[in-house]
Amino acid sequence: MQTVPDEVFKSLADPTRRAIFERLIRDGEQTVRALTDHAGVSQPMVSKHLGILKQAGLVRDRPAGRLVHYSAEPKGLAPMIDWMRHYSAFWQGRFDRLEDLLKRMDQ
Amino acid sequence: MNDTATETLSVVVERELPHAPEKIWRALTQPQLIEEWLMKSDFKPDVGHRFNLRGDWGGVLDCEVLAVEPNKKLSYTWNFDDAVNGLKSVVTWTLTPTSTGTHLRMEQAGFKPEQPQNYQGAKYGWQQFFAKLEQVLARAD
Repeated sequence: MQTVPDEVFKSLADPTRRAIFERLIRDGEQTVRALTDHAGVSQPMVSKHLGILKQAGLVRDRPAGRLVHYSAEPKGLAPMIDWMRHYSAFWQGRFDRLEDLLKRMDQ
Repeated sequence: MNDTATETLSVVVERELPHAPEKIWRALTQPQLIEEWLMKSDFKPDVGHRFNLRGDWGGVLDCEVLAVEPNKKLSYTWNFDDAVNGLKSVVTWTLTPTSTGTHLRMEQAGFKPEQPQNYQGAKYGWQQFFAKLEQVLARAD
C-alpha cells in the first residue's frame, strides 16, 4: 500500500490554505494583499500559507516590482491522484483473489 | 454517499460475478474467508463492531462496521492511524442480483488524511474540495 503524498495532503489539510488555493483556482492570479482581504488572517499569515503551498508545488509566484502575484498550479495535485490510483490497483488485485476464492467455494 | 463529492474522488471497483449474492456475502463477512482474499481480521457483521485488518506488509487498519444489510450492503470504516500517513476512509460493498449472478461494487470513499484534531472540522471542507477537483484537473492540461 502506498504512502500518502505528504506535502500535498498536509498543505491542503489546513482550511485556510485550502481556501487560498481554491480562490486562486477560481479567480486566477492574485497579489498577497488581495488574498489577505478574503482570508480572514493577517498578511504575514497569508504569506506563510502561500510559502507552504509553493513548497508543495501547488502555487507559483511571479514578482512584479514590489508586488508578488500568486497563481494556482493545479498539476501539483497529481501526486494525490496517483496515490488514489494505487488504491484502485490494490482493490483490483483483491477482487481477483475474491473471484478465485468464490470458484473454490463451488468445489 | 451518492453525491458528487464522493463519486468524484472515491475509488470504485465493480465486477459482474457468476455467483449468488448469498455466497459472495459469506466471502465478505466470514473472517476465515476474508483472510483468503483480503486480510486477516476479527470481523463480525454487527453494526458498531470494531475490528482490525492486518496486512501482509505489517500494517493494521482500524475498522468499525457501519452498515449491514445481509446479501445487499456492507459498510465499514477503513482507517490507518499514522501521524504522517494517516488515512480515514469508508469502504462500502453493494451486491445487486443479476440474471447471471451478482454485480459487486466496492467504493472506498473519503480520502481525507489530516491531523486527528482537525478531522471533524476539515471533513466537510475536504468533501467540497474533492467535488471541485475534477474540474481543476480538467483545466490542468
